[in-house]
Amino acid sequence: VAAQLEIPAPPPAPSRSRARDTRARRDSRAGLALVSPTVIVVVVMVVLPVLWALILSFQRIRLLQIRRLDILGGEYTLRNYDLLINSSDFLEALKNTLLYSVLGTTGAIVLGLAAALLVRRSFRGRGLVRGVLLLPWVAPVVAIAFVWQVLLSPQLGFVNAVGTNVLGWDAPIPFLSQEEGTITIAGISIGVPTALLMVILFEAWKSFPFAFLFILARLQAAPAELEEAAKVDGATPTQTFRHIILPQLMGVIALIAVLRFIWTFNAFDEIYLLTGGGAGTEVLATQVYSFLTARNDVGASAAVAMFMAAVLAVMLLVYLKFFGERDRMQ
Amino acid sequence: MRGSRRYHIEVAVLRVLRPLGIAFFVLITLFPFYYMVLLSMREISEVIESPGQIWIGIGEFTTAAYERVLKPTSEGGEGFVEFLINSAMLGVATVIVTILVSILGAYAVSRLEFFGKRAVHFLFLSVYLFPPILLAIPLFVAFSKLQLRGELWVLVIVYIAQTLPICVYMLRNYFETVPVSLEEAAEVDGATRLQVIRKVTLPLAVPAIAATSLFVFMIAWNEFLFALLFLVEERPNWTVSLGVSQLTNIETPATTLMAGSVILTLPIIVLFLFAERLMTEGLTRGAEKG
Repeated sequence: VAAQLEIPAPPPAPSRSRARDTRARRDSRAGLALVSPTVIVVVVMVVLPVLWALILSFQRIRLLQIRRLDILGGEYTLRNYDLLINSSDFLEALKNTLLYSVLGTTGAIVLGLAAALLVRRSFRGRGLVRGVLLLPWVAPVVAIAFVWQVLLSPQLGFVNAVGTNVLGWDAPIPFLSQEEGTITIAGISIGVPTALLMVILFEAWKSFPFAFLFILARLQAAPAELEEAAKVDGATPTQTFRHIILPQLMGVIALIAVLRFIWTFNAFDEIYLLTGGGAGTEVLATQVYSFLTARNDVGASAAVAMFMAAVLAVMLLVYLKFFGERDRMQ
Repeated sequence: MRGSRRYHIEVAVLRVLRPLGIAFFVLITLFPFYYMVLLSMREISEVIESPGQIWIGIGEFTTAAYERVLKPTSEGGEGFVEFLINSAMLGVATVIVTILVSILGAYAVSRLEFFGKRAVHFLFLSVYLFPPILLAIPLFVAFSKLQLRGELWVLVIVYIAQTLPICVYMLRNYFETVPVSLEEAAEVDGATRLQVIRKVTLPLAVPAIAATSLFVFMIAWNEFLFALLFLVEERPNWTVSLGVSQLTNIETPATTLMAGSVILTLPIIVLFLFAERLMTEGLTRGAEKG
């Protein structure tokens, strides 16, 4: 604003205009020079490889042929995509990925919102509690995935020990290797995809701190006057939440939902480490990995990855449409 | 009158529920970490015998699992000291290059108008949000072809590319809190652009740079997918994350796995508690606006 005020509007003296012009051009050149190392690294290490992956997805390439591989040559074919569309494994993985992303994201947001509302007002030890609640998000995924694996283990896990000794389960439940279990409530048995539910629960637990952090930041920036006024008017806490607080949070919640959906859709580590993609938990990312390493089929793995990229491109457009004008990464 | 009774009931209920809710969240976040430490210090035979016991009896305490994890393979251990050194070197190298490059980029994005700025923004956002597994395929194939796949420095380059965009944005968020007038004053005094960055902007942003460095270090330390794909056949180059993930064969008891997990987690938690406030502020700045 200050810079604009300095510049007199019509008609600018020729000399001033030229000075401004060179200044702008100098800024532009400096900007490009300073940003270019970052752009070069990103183009060489991300953009070009991704374009190459697109080419690979139209070729029949096995890993063993790599040494002889001609980078752009070779025959182009739709075989990989053809294979996918007709593969029940692919459709199954797609279904799991969507369930995992939607439910994992929802769980993380619900937990994060609850935690943010609880920790919002100050109390003794609040800073410490806030730090503790962020731990699942910062801790190495390898370590926490294995803790969950041991916790849920049928032989030596704490959960099954409590279940069989205290809650009266007939037998330990193999939470991470059981594809389908049954829950009986009031005589009615319902089939549940046990392992898939467990990885979703893990995802919600691991990611809720992210939602918590952003919702809490937004809550603390909210003006207190509105709530005070509602209170004076006799609004109860739940009414204040529904009509005053929640509407102010919808923006940040929508943002978290889009970001978390994208990241959960991409997630590989969590499922690979917990179940290895077995017991009905195969998702697109673990399928890409197994095509690449176990089956040595580079072309097919690239095709699955390209499908993921297409879905994410759509999500990216959604993100830009709703949040682009804010020009922020978070 | 009824409204006010409902008000009092709700307030009373919430007064009870709030501490319970906070306790619930603290419990579900801390318990797995407590369990990790607990198991790493128990005998495996005792864990199998009484898996429901969540304390260590007097005289049951053992550090055998840690000894096994840390001892070199030549002495029958898992050689984690070597992995710790690898991870630390990988993290430090990634941090140094990423921070140096992104300081320049962040300054440009926060201060200067230049041609293609929108395209650059879009590019960074895409990298931030696109699936790493997609990138893994061409990089895996390319570095296999070049026969460089098992090298640690190759992984450094991959990590730099992955962390640069978020790093530029974190630093930009901080730079925008440095008043432009200070820089303009220096420019009037005849300082060049790089001198302005070095003498005015950077000293004010030291805490921010420290926090961003720690964040990048944590990403590099925690990373698993690329370490797995690139290094799994090169045991001497394993990172701690990869080392722990390879402890899952049948002969390795769960207590050893948990000791490895503690060794993997502890440095990150210490770093995080050290810089929590700065790091989270850098991430969420902008979210406050709605």
